[in-house]
Order: sequence, then C-alpha cells, then structure tokens
Amino acid sequence: MVFWLIFVPLIIAVAALVVPSNRWRPWLIPLAGVVHLGMTGWVLSCGHPVAGLQGWLALDPLGKLVLGLISVIFTICGFYAPAYLDLRPERQNRFFCACLLGMLGMMTLVVLSHHLGLMWVAIEATTLCTAPLLFFNHSARSLEATWKYLLIGSVGIALALLGSFFLAYSSLHAGLVPTLLLDDLVKIAPQLSRPWLHAAFVLLLVGYGTKMGLAPMHTWKPDAYGEAPGLVGALLAGGVTSCAFLSILRFYQICLAAPEAAFAREILVFIGLFSMAVAAVFMVRQRDFKRMLAYSSVEHMGILVLGIGLGGLAAFGALLHMITNGVTKGVLFLSAGNIHRAYGSKLTDDVRGAMRRLPVSGVTFLAGFLIVTGSPPGGPFISEFTILTGAINGGHYAVAAMYLAVLAIVFIGMGTTVLRVVQGVPSPQAASTAYRDRPQLVIPILIFLGLSILLGLYIPNSLTTALHDAVAYLEVKP
Amino acid sequence: MKDFIDPILVVVLLLNFVALGASRLRTLIQAVAVQGILLGFMIVMAHGSFMIWVALMAGATVALKGVVIPRMLFHAVREVVIRREVEPIVGFVASLFLGAVGTALALLFSKTLPIAHDHMSSLVVPASLSTVLTGFLILTTRSKAITQVVGYLILENGVFIFGLLLMEAIPFLVELGVLLDLFVAIFVMGIIIHKISREFSSVSTNMLSELKE
Repeated sequence: MVFWLIFVPLIIAVAALVVPSNRWRPWLIPLAGVVHLGMTGWVLSCGHPVAGLQGWLALDPLGKLVLGLISVIFTICGFYAPAYLDLRPERQNRFFCACLLGMLGMMTLVVLSHHLGLMWVAIEATTLCTAPLLFFNHSARSLEATWKYLLIGSVGIALALLGSFFLAYSSLHAGLVPTLLLDDLVKIAPQLSRPWLHAAFVLLLVGYGTKMGLAPMHTWKPDAYGEAPGLVGALLAGGVTSCAFLSILRFYQICLAAPEAAFAREILVFIGLFSMAVAAVFMVRQRDFKRMLAYSSVEHMGILVLGIGLGGLAAFGALLHMITNGVTKGVLFLSAGNIHRAYGSKLTDDVRGAMRRLPVSGVTFLAGFLIVTGSPPGGPFISEFTILTGAINGGHYAVAAMYLAVLAIVFIGMGTTVLRVVQGVPSPQAASTAYRDRPQLVIPILIFLGLSILLGLYIPNSLTTALHDAVAYLEVKP
Repeated sequence: MKDFIDPILVVVLLLNFVALGASRLRTLIQAVAVQGILLGFMIVMAHGSFMIWVALMAGATVALKGVVIPRMLFHAVREVVIRREVEPIVGFVASLFLGAVGTALALLFSKTLPIAHDHMSSLVVPASLSTVLTGFLILTTRSKAITQVVGYLILENGVFIFGLLLMEAIPFLVELGVLLDLFVAIFVMGIIIHKISREFSSVSTNMLSELKE
C-alpha cells in the first residue's frame, strides 16, 4: 500500500504526458486526487502499521496528519483544475498536469520517508515539480518568480543536505555506525556529538525553513505566490509548506531526544516571532492582494514553528493550526485566483467591488480573510487560541503579548487590502473581461470554507486523538 | 590511497580561487568541471577498497559534474549569451579577498568542531565549508543567470566533499537520487535561462527586478 500511495500519482502523471487531448487531460487530476484520498482514508482507518523498505518508509502519527491534509487539499483543488484550465484553452497544459501529479507523489514520499536522505531527495523533487507550475503564465514576471523560486529553493535545500550530513557525522563522531534513518537517530540521540548536532539543526532549519518560507529566507514567496495560478498557490501554501514543516519536525524530534530541547526551542520561538513580525510589516499597505496572501503564509508558518517551540499544549495547537491554515489557504488562494481572472489585475488600485462583480468569490475571499486572521467560528481561531493558551500556561507572557500584538497588526493590515478589494463599485476595467463565477470554480472554494468553519465548531474525536498521538510521538521523553 | 586526498583537496581549494577570479565564463565553467572530476576520484580514494557501487557512484559523479552539466552550460553560453564576460557586482580582487577570508573562517570554524577519526584527512571539513562559502559568494556577487548556476554547482560540490566522510552512512540509492535531483535542477535552470534570454535579450538577472515591494 505504501508504494501505491507514492506510485499511483506518478503513474497518472505519466498518463497525463501521453493523453493527447488538452481538454480531457485535466480530469486526470481529480481522478488522482480521489484515488489518493481513498487510499489515504483506508490507510488511516485500518490501523495496522504501514511501512516498507526496511524502515525507510513508514507512516507515523505526524505523517498521518500531513498525509491526510495534503490528500484532502489536493483532491479539492483537483476538482477546481479542469474548470480553471478550461478558461485557458490557448495554453498547452500537458506539463502543468504532469507536474501537478508528480508534486502529489513527491509530497507523499516526503511524508512517508523515514530516511533523511530520501526525504531530502523528495523535497528537492517537489521544488523541481513546482517550478514549471509557476511558469504557467509564460510572462516576464512569472519567469522572474520561477527563477527566484528555483534558485533560492535549491540553495536552501543544498544547505539542508549539508545539515543532514552533519547529523550523520555527529553519530560517527560518537563512535557509532553513521546512519540517516530517523528511528535509529532518535534512539541514539543522547550519544550524538553536541557541537555537530547544534550546527546540523541550524543548517537544517535554514535549509528547510527556506522551503517553508520562514523569514528571513522567505523572499521567494511573495513573487512565487503572486505570479502562480491560484490553484498552485493553494497547493504550495497548504501542501508543500506543510511537508517542509514536517521535515523540520523530524530534526526537532531528534533534538528533543538528545536531549537538547532548550537549544532547539529557543531558536524556533525566535524565528517564529520574527517571521510573524516581518510578515506583518509587509502586509500593512500591501497593494497586491496575491502578494498579501504570500505574507499571510509567512506569518502562519511563523505561528507553526512558534507553537512547536513553546511545546505542550501550544504544540498541539500548532499541529491543529497546520490543518486549519492549510484548508483556509485553499479558500483564499482560489477566491483570489477567480478575482484576479475577473479583473485582469491583482492590484487594489484596479480591483474594487469584487462582492458585486463576483457574488460568490468576493464573499468567500472576505470570509477567508476573517477566518485566517482568527475570527470565530473559523478553525484558525481555535488553533491560534490554543497556542496562546499554551504560551500563557507555560509562563511565556512576553511571547504571548508579542503574538497578540502581531495578530492585531496583521488583522488591520490585511483587512485594509481585502476590504478595498471586495467593497465599492466595480471599476469600468472589470467589465472588459468575460469571466463570471461558475459552479465548477466556486464549489471547491465553498467546500474548503465549509471544512474550515466545521473545524472551528466541531473537531471530530478521531482528529483529536490523532493530534494527541502526534504530539506524544514528537515530544519523546529522553 | 587516502594520502592522495589532501593534495587533491588543496587543488579543489585553488580551483575555488580560479573560479572567483575568472573573468571569462569559459574559465569559470572549466574550473567547476575539473572540481567535479576530482570529486569523483576522491570518492574512490575515500572508500579505499574498490567495489562495484563505489565505481558506479564515482563514474556517475564524474560523468554528471565533470562532463554532462559543464557541456550543458557551454551549450547555454554558445546559444544565448551575448557577452562572454562574467560581469561581477563585486570586483575580482575583492572577490578573491573575500574568498580568502571565507577560507580562513572555514579553517577556524572547523577547529571548533571535533573531528572524529584519524584515518581521514583533516582537511575535508574546512575544504568543504570553504567551497560552500565560495559557491555562495559567486551566487550572490555575479549578475548573470549562468554564473549563478555555477555558484550553485560549486556550493553543491562543497556539500559533496563533506559527504566523503560519510561514504558508509549514505546509501547508494540516496546518492544517486541526490545526483539526479541536481541534474534535473540544472536542466530546468537551463530551460529558464533560455527563456530569460528570449524574453529580455540578456541573461543578466538585473533584469529580474520587477517583483519587489
């Protein structure tokens, strides 16, 4: 089963390269999503351990959360894809479809790999699969975004490889057989050479943090999310970044087992708050609403590592936030994509009155903004509140105060931009495009919206158990 | 065999300076190609015994880093580059000076990290870190897209040098995966360079400055 999860998307990707019809090919994407979701559901519900290749591949409690998340996001986005590509009949979508499917296969491999070298290969492969997706519009601006994404991402990941080597060397230095298997490293963590472990953790945080988009390594993100189709933005912000977050958690787990908790936690809390603050600064007076979403993603990645760094209840909140944020980002990016298409611009100077022009996408964009900034009854409200409670319970009052202050600034900054977009009277320019909301392009958004509100009102028992298992698995007692 | 590693690492370090001082793209690409070939030799020497997978690994490294990727870069230079100079943002003398400072820092920093075993050259860690820094320097101070790719390659070479210490820990499959990823990355970058040159009729990344706050 573990192999099918990885290979089915890849096989369908090859099929996408072969299918000649530009019109029917995109339907392979929802097909792959449904099959992947079905297999994921079966794997998550059947209970018996999933593993393969002598411990190289395994599904642990943390992996279960991320696997479920990427599968759901991909499936919903998958149903958006055919209608979106139908709007662009002039564009050849062969590579777009194949890369999208390859990305799903590689994200699954990241989640399942328990060999840190294999995980590195898979993460770099997600970078390579997404680069052509960013270039879909074939404009000078998308070219610039793709170049920056590819180069900054690859350099960051090269540093992560050096960090992985440092980690293996720390076991060699301790006189042990060098290994890159996660389970072995957690077991022998207390004996690892400390200086090498510290250096490794810093390099890995910089490397995979680049991929996740933590400040100050986030510079590719506004460009890439700004130029990518909304569909790709949703998958990057909800899926790929969650995979990068998972890889940071893998190394954090080794640090906790070492036990070097204080060292790792301090760095994570600092970089989390720093990312939130940087994002807040750039979100105020932001004129480009897709770039604004990118900074929102930087902010939420900061919240994730902050929560993990605080530990305990906040770590529970952070893992819940990974899910609620991923789902809400789906609402925002797909709505923003529709608005962009209807106005032919993504600047607030040109885009006004989206609620009148696009009664569904405009309203979901506004709702998505309210939910992602932590308004009840959305899911992020619960998860952000849990992280706050965790910070206060742990006695980190200064951190809690800064966290609240940044959230308030973000709410105001993001609110100004979003309200300018949705309120008012549509500009004459808007009438020039033929785009109108249509069911295939808004139902996926409504499903995302429904999920994110549902998570705020009621968290199923199975999810709570899965989250508790994941926190217990992550925060191993040395 | 392992006695030869130190002299080769010295050559690798010298090649870093050749790359930093190179004013012509050809010289720069040749420097990185020679570095790639030396890496392949060092894989065989680091392992000592001659096994089939070591030979395969070394062969793949030499073929990719020493032949295929440099050929792709030369091809790109022929196809798209209008002027064949490197066009540095920071001058060559300053780059060489920064490279020397970086190498000194790498030596100092690797002193603070404990080296595990005496059977391996003590130059591996500083050489690796210094090569990573050189790659970073070229990446950030040269404005052409191709020179940035070369910088990335040198950085990767530095990471590979560190990997020599861990021949047993990193399975063959993973090393091949890393090489494959590297190859595809350079390939995709090559395609983008081609598109950049068509779009802007130049491959200077100075043109790529429209997206900013």
